[in-house]
Amino acid sequence: MIRLALDAYDRRRAKRRNPPATLSHEPAQEGGSARVRSSTPVIEVSHLEKTYGKVHAVNNISFDIRAGEVFSFLGPNGAGKSTTVEILEGLRARTGGEVRVLGLDPWSHFDQVKTRIGVIPQDFHFFPKLTPREAIRLYARLFNAKVDPDEILARVELTDKANDYYDTLSGGQHQKVGVALSLVNDPEVCFLDEPTTGLDPRARRSIWAFIRRLRDEGRAVLLTTHYLEEAQQLSDRIGILNFGKVIATGSPRAIISEFGRPERIRIVGDPSIASRLKPLGLPMTQTDGEVEVELHSKNDALPILQTVSTSGLRWESFSTVNDSLEDVFIRMVGHLEDDTSTTPTRGEVAT
Amino acid sequence: MNLGRALAYFPTFARICFRSRLGVFMTLIFPVMLILVFGAIFANTGSTRVPLSVENLDRNSPLSQQFLAGLNDTGVVSVSLVSPTVGNLSDYVTHNSLVAGLVIPQGFGATLTNRSPVRLLLFTNPSSAVAAGEVQGAVQGVANGMDLRIAGGSPLVTYVDLNAGGHIFTVIDYLVPGLIGFSVLVSPMMQMVNLSSTWKREKLFRELSLTPLSRGEWLFATLLWYVVLALVSTVLLTGLGTLLFGAHVTLTPLALPFLIVGPVLFVSIGLLAGTVSRTPEVAGMIGNVITFPMMFLSGTFYPVSMFPSWLVPVAHALLLYYLIDGLNASLLFGNVSTALTDLAIVTVLAIGFAFAATEAFTWREERGRVLPRRNVLPDGARGPVAD
Repeated sequence: MIRLALDAYDRRRAKRRNPPATLSHEPAQEGGSARVRSSTPVIEVSHLEKTYGKVHAVNNISFDIRAGEVFSFLGPNGAGKSTTVEILEGLRARTGGEVRVLGLDPWSHFDQVKTRIGVIPQDFHFFPKLTPREAIRLYARLFNAKVDPDEILARVELTDKANDYYDTLSGGQHQKVGVALSLVNDPEVCFLDEPTTGLDPRARRSIWAFIRRLRDEGRAVLLTTHYLEEAQQLSDRIGILNFGKVIATGSPRAIISEFGRPERIRIVGDPSIASRLKPLGLPMTQTDGEVEVELHSKNDALPILQTVSTSGLRWESFSTVNDSLEDVFIRMVGHLEDDTSTTPTRGEVAT
Repeated sequence: MNLGRALAYFPTFARICFRSRLGVFMTLIFPVMLILVFGAIFANTGSTRVPLSVENLDRNSPLSQQFLAGLNDTGVVSVSLVSPTVGNLSDYVTHNSLVAGLVIPQGFGATLTNRSPVRLLLFTNPSSAVAAGEVQGAVQGVANGMDLRIAGGSPLVTYVDLNAGGHIFTVIDYLVPGLIGFSVLVSPMMQMVNLSSTWKREKLFRELSLTPLSRGEWLFATLLWYVVLALVSTVLLTGLGTLLFGAHVTLTPLALPFLIVGPVLFVSIGLLAGTVSRTPEVAGMIGNVITFPMMFLSGTFYPVSMFPSWLVPVAHALLLYYLIDGLNASLLFGNVSTALTDLAIVTVLAIGFAFAATEAFTWREERGRVLPRRNVLPDGARGPVAD
């Protein structure tokens, strides 16, 4: 109780400091607003298991999420992300382990939990012949929430579409309706299951800014996404799932640091450069006209440059190379999803 | 269950249904169209008497006139005279798609007066076998009576034919309860089958499940909507039938339970069909398979008593029959015991199907369902099935 009261206090304090989250085309200012992070987790998952017959969909996973934190799940199709999220939302029963959302078991206390969470499901749909304003009014009546539909519509930039039927709206506007509805009950925890899939870059950036504001208001956000760039930009911590298991968890930087390869120097030029660098004893890879040399420390860089410089061989460029989250993900999980028809040019993984 | 929440959802559901073209058509326009069309067809028939065309070649004899009067008095046939100039009556019956034609031969009266046998010619249309049978019975009965009278005898066994309820009911009278039953069937069934399968596919039930609205509250609001529709269509169809076509229908409180239990029964069946179907297309097919036989064979457009005998047990096996029979008993005959028997049957069925539907229809996890996955792992190894 004390823990929940403290969390609630944190959230109220954050709201006083920050205006309500709005969708905006302006990128969120990093560190531009006060961040509220509670040390007590609002989501606690311990040894969670879910089986369907002999199939282990979720296999003994544990993690926690704190208020004011964005936690992202990455993983290939069938890794168990959506199953985990649906167990946390109270929509699926677990087979084993413990789960607490805001201190409650979401399956047995579904009615209490659902009034305090906001959900934007994967591929959000709503009643085709209802308008966004009517949808918000309906949710307000059901949640017994005193909200101004026009204010919420303004926050998600749907004011001019307030009276249009849902089935006449674009894909991005559909998603905004989902965002609007998830805000009606002023949730403490937000579950966003691939919220930007299929959106154009402008709409995607707008949702990103919105997610940052949710975090800044002190809400916990559990995000699953196809886009590695999105996860890297938005997440405080990431969990990588594969075969129903969490195989890595931590901040994007910590995961790259722990699971990525060391920093490297890449030299483009004469293929003979590689043989000149061999005496330095550093690990090296060579592809067509490119040599990559791993650095054990920053001090290794200078001898490499000197060796190339004094060799008299032709070289075109020097650059340093660091692993991205995408590189780490590919190494840990396999490869990128092949369906990239609606995705950005890089940074997408299957979820 | 929170009644306030159910009532808060009710107007939204009403909007959803009314804004769907199929919903409005099935709910209001179609039953009204049917009563206007069938009312126009049947209102002027006056009764359910079978028309009998008579070529009287002995027009001036009192006995032939007595015979025709006797036929009219049976209440089974309605005699209309055709001119002897039509020629062959058999061809006339066939070409004009008549049920039956009777030829009274020349000298009919004189021959009978001499107590000699006389032969009438009755042509019946094989395509109207049931009605033709009624004509044969009437002609035979009148002929026997006349034989007895000429022979100087008098009938020892007689009967008085009284219409139950003291009124001769016409097709339009039966049509009003039939169409009320039709609208109680069609709108909930068609819409629920479509809605429950489509909402499942579009994950709209999941959306609602994440609000405080409970499964029971959703179901209550849905049922309430269809009960209101049943009441509205009852008033509408009764009004149109009475005012436009002179139907003899009396709205009684006895009909009210049918208008509550009926929607419960068909909403439950529709929900069950939509829930157990994998796709909306399959659900639609199941819905049609259930709905169409009931629509045509339960006494909706014509009383079951006029069905051929082999079809009657089929009608009795259909759920809608008991609803329409109960509506007939309450709206036409005022027959309380039949109405209560039918109500008991419909109620038991409604409870059974409602129980099955609520067991199958879940807000949350679909039991035992394993979702397919695409394997994207590098080594081609198969992983667990979930997403």
